[in-house]
Amino acid sequence: MDKQFVERRRRDLITAAGLAAVAAIVPLFVKDVYVQNIMVLTLMYAALSQSWNILSGYCGQISLGHALYFGLGAYTTALLFTKFGVLPWFGMIAGGLISAAIAMALGYPCFRLGGHYFAIATIVIAEIGLLLIQNWDWAGAALGIDIPVRGDSWLKFQFTRSKLPYFYFALVLACVAWFVTWWLEDSKWGYWWRAVKDNPQAAESLGVVVFNSKMGAAAVSAFLVAVGGSFYAQFVSYIDPGSVMGFQFSLLMALPAVLGGIGTLWGPLLGAVILIPITELTRSYIGGSGRGVDLIVYGALIVLIALARPEGLVGLFSRRRKEATR
Amino acid sequence: MGLLYGLIAVGLALIFGLMDVVNFAHGEFLMLAMYVTFFLFTFFAIDPLLSAPLAAAALFVLGAAVYLVIVRFAMRAKANVGMVQIFATFGLAIVMRGLAQLFFTADYRSVPNSWLGGKTVSVAGIYLPQPQLFGALVAIAAFGGLYLFINRTDFGRALEATREDPGAVALVGIDKNRVFALGWGLGGALVGLAGAIMATFFYIYPDVGASFALIAYVTVALGGFGSVFGAFAGGIVVGLVEATTALILPPSLKSVGIYAVYLLVVFIRPRGLFGSM
Repeated sequence: MDKQFVERRRRDLITAAGLAAVAAIVPLFVKDVYVQNIMVLTLMYAALSQSWNILSGYCGQISLGHALYFGLGAYTTALLFTKFGVLPWFGMIAGGLISAAIAMALGYPCFRLGGHYFAIATIVIAEIGLLLIQNWDWAGAALGIDIPVRGDSWLKFQFTRSKLPYFYFALVLACVAWFVTWWLEDSKWGYWWRAVKDNPQAAESLGVVVFNSKMGAAAVSAFLVAVGGSFYAQFVSYIDPGSVMGFQFSLLMALPAVLGGIGTLWGPLLGAVILIPITELTRSYIGGSGRGVDLIVYGALIVLIALARPEGLVGLFSRRRKEATR
Repeated sequence: MGLLYGLIAVGLALIFGLMDVVNFAHGEFLMLAMYVTFFLFTFFAIDPLLSAPLAAAALFVLGAAVYLVIVRFAMRAKANVGMVQIFATFGLAIVMRGLAQLFFTADYRSVPNSWLGGKTVSVAGIYLPQPQLFGALVAIAAFGGLYLFINRTDFGRALEATREDPGAVALVGIDKNRVFALGWGLGGALVGLAGAIMATFFYIYPDVGASFALIAYVTVALGGFGSVFGAFAGGIVVGLVEATTALILPPSLKSVGIYAVYLLVVFIRPRGLFGSM
């Protein structure tokens, strides 16, 4: 382990702690609910994208079906709460564990597939999940679930008057996702994953158990995304299959990581901080007419960034860092 | 219906399957072709049957332009080419949907009283809707044509060679961009045909492409990348499976059967039915 690398990792950690501290103070000055809303979404997408990045960025298994785990998290929490009165905190853990278990069960056959066949399999599986939920009457079918308001409390994780608690939870979520990535980056698993991504055959011959590595990445990734889904359900207090499990959502989750820098520690966060405010602002300022101008701007932006900086925006900030991560 | 899926998929088979380029805007190509047909019908009273070549020509231009303006650069990316392609074309899809909403509005439109629309023909006591039947015939012709085109013409060989090794073909004087632009144009033209026929019996709205696009990806992958015949077979399988599923499950679940069959096939044969890659 060379000294430079250790130094860089320590700097990353300090930077992250500093950013988190700054972020924690911001809402004390920014009282506008609309802006706070955007901040919550930004942090949530940062966390989701970071989690997606673990499987698809570090381990190289491009999943376009992560909406499945997000939806599972959201639905598990919402169903447990509305039908059985289980507190969302337990629902969150349950959703995460269920998602991780399902990710591993699905990974068992899927990880034998390569390239496009794998990516399409992930889309198709998420789509099956979506269709099943849409037709499951007990779970609200296509109408979704309205989470009843039972008063503001941390215990029930419901807040109608203020967005602040959600903001802080989203911040914690983003920090946890970041920290898990940071920690894994220098762990045995992190090295295995990058080896699997670069050359699975060579990794296998050097004693990396490729299959188990992929399963591990899938489980961690799915768990974190599902927790994000649980959070989202509590945040918007109404979920329907299309909005939490749709195919578009799988892509939106991956987008910040891709634009920021796929397979990098800071990419997802950077991508989310740039992309989500733009998305929300274009939607509310020029999208109100319902005439699609916001979509044109947003889509064009994605095309431009993807073409102009295929390796992600992270490269703009530090070239050396990227080389060090390799 | 299976052959219609096949027809939508055949253009994708060319782009996705033969050139190995991901096009997430395929459904939007279809949507645009349907609108072209709709407007030609509404303003100039040109029946979809006659305007099909025009739609194909329009989409040929679009396909080639998309390649030259966007995809060419996406393929040049050094890092994670696959993701860049996915998101460049996904962004394009969003732009196209936005444009459709802006110019054509989100209203549902349809082509009423076309020559084929709503008419049926009886074959041995079974009533078949004419548009679908005609679509099936066009699909067979398109697949046959594409098969011959790929295997028998210089261009087809050049296309395959370019995918295999762009560096080597440059040495023998083949311009990669020209070949691929023509390939994309051709892929677009095939979608144009599909769109013209679809417009006779399907509602036209900005998001119409999405549902068909996913099935088209599945069809191509089911058949196996790199095989025209595979996409054809994939289309038939998808159609049959959908029809069978519709008998057992409620209509809203009919796609589940298609997806399940895809998974089953790739779990057993990770390269699809007839794939070479």
